[in-house]
Amino acid sequence: MRLINQKPGRSWRISLAMLPFALLLIAYLAGSAARLAENPQDKLLPSVTQMADAVDRMAFSEDPRSGRYLFWDDTAASLKRLAMGLAIAAVVGLCLGILAGSLPLFGASLSPLLTVISMIPPLAILPVLFIVFGLDELSKVMLIVLGITPVIARDIEQRAREIPAELLIKAQTLGANTWTLILRVVLPQLLPRLLIALQLALGSAWLFLIAAEAIASTDGLGYRIFLVRRYLAMDVILPYVAWITLLAWLMDLGLKRLTRAAFPWYEGGRT
Amino acid sequence: MSFIQVRKVWQQYGDQTVLENLRLDIAEGEFCALVGASGCGKSTFLRMLLGQERPHKGQILLDGQPLVAEPDPSRGIVFQRYSVLPHLSVLDNVALGLELPRAPLLGRLFGRAKAEAREQAAQLLQRVGLGHALDKYPSQLSGGMQQRLAIAQALIMKPRMLLLDEPFGALDPGIRKDMHALLLELWQETRLTVLMVTHDLSEGFTLGTRLLVFDKVRHDPHAPGAYGARITYDIPLNLDRHATREAVAALPAHVTSALKTA
Repeated sequence: MRLINQKPGRSWRISLAMLPFALLLIAYLAGSAARLAENPQDKLLPSVTQMADAVDRMAFSEDPRSGRYLFWDDTAASLKRLAMGLAIAAVVGLCLGILAGSLPLFGASLSPLLTVISMIPPLAILPVLFIVFGLDELSKVMLIVLGITPVIARDIEQRAREIPAELLIKAQTLGANTWTLILRVVLPQLLPRLLIALQLALGSAWLFLIAAEAIASTDGLGYRIFLVRRYLAMDVILPYVAWITLLAWLMDLGLKRLTRAAFPWYEGGRT
Repeated sequence: MSFIQVRKVWQQYGDQTVLENLRLDIAEGEFCALVGASGCGKSTFLRMLLGQERPHKGQILLDGQPLVAEPDPSRGIVFQRYSVLPHLSVLDNVALGLELPRAPLLGRLFGRAKAEAREQAAQLLQRVGLGHALDKYPSQLSGGMQQRLAIAQALIMKPRMLLLDEPFGALDPGIRKDMHALLLELWQETRLTVLMVTHDLSEGFTLGTRLLVFDKVRHDPHAPGAYGARITYDIPLNLDRHATREAVAALPAHVTSALKTA
């Protein structure tokens, strides 16, 4: 049978999904053991026990100086910034996208503006944000907002244009005015798309969060990673990275599940 | 004065003339079937009646008044595809037409008014044979069911005219026949003015009380876009067929069912 026609069964698919992770893990453990055998002081590839110690120190024992559990404080601080950034970006992006995509008069001004703004590298204007909004929470949230709002707005605009003209005409023959047409036809059809746009923007949102925290912060997952980098503390950095990855993956999964549960009619959500 | 008056209407896109010098009077309650080759302007004519497009020259009058230049509840439409809203259940798709005109701010009704709208919508859906599928989403329906829904959605508005743009073009022949029967029944009950674009000549003959054939009479081989189509044949179809239909419909059910099985 040709390769293109061979499909894995259920158990095969699970095994094949696990395989690359297992290989990476084995490669890491082997490399770590080899380096530590040569030099027990090696910091580059810490062993599992070293990392477990670090996690225990960061997450399950009080910090001697502040009396707090740093790992959970960092997580809470980062997630708060991320959630605020995503929420503001979603609302603003949705509104701008609908305006630009369904009202040609607004789109004429908004579309070119959104296109140009989305070309500004957000990190390049981070200093501007620090100058304008100060060094505290607001500037970090604003970086996420500025970074992903144009992407979401342009995606929603595109999807709004893709709504078949027949549906908009039909709604008008059913007595809709512009406002109720947007409220009852355009908006509900774009909400599942918004969740997918958010899902796709999650990666960038995390990137901007870590960048902002690395540069100016006193807590947060990104701050901690860049802080302990000074001591080559790979035993802290690697668990933090794994934790961030797990959080991002869970958010992605959550958004996917939410799309499917909240919008059962949406076909794009079934894939 | 006739219900719809089409006065010397021309339509062109750029230098492509689609319709030229269209003159037509349609009486209230007529069922016009619009046939012709593809690209000869039947759908363009329908879009102008709908208010989706404006004539380049000329005028269309509805009851002596110029036609409103954007789609409104006085004209119902069923397209071949994308006629129903995918995010609403079958029931809400129809109830929407009762909610929107009465709720210009929120677009939805609440409490008693909502229950009444849904009740009315459910009755109409029962009538078009969708009583069993009220809670389904359109994507769960077959093509024929979706078109039944689209027709119900248009009829709930009690429009002055019903425009159909190849509504059954994508359906199987068997389903299409059922839809013809349904449409004729609804037309006889409501006495609506219906204009229907179709590719299928026999469909036009079966359903219409009047057949309008669109065709180009002038051709310039050096400028294919120079001349547009006009109505070349305007055939009144024998109304006795519909009289017969009405007579048959009046027969008791056990007689008609015996006739059908025979």
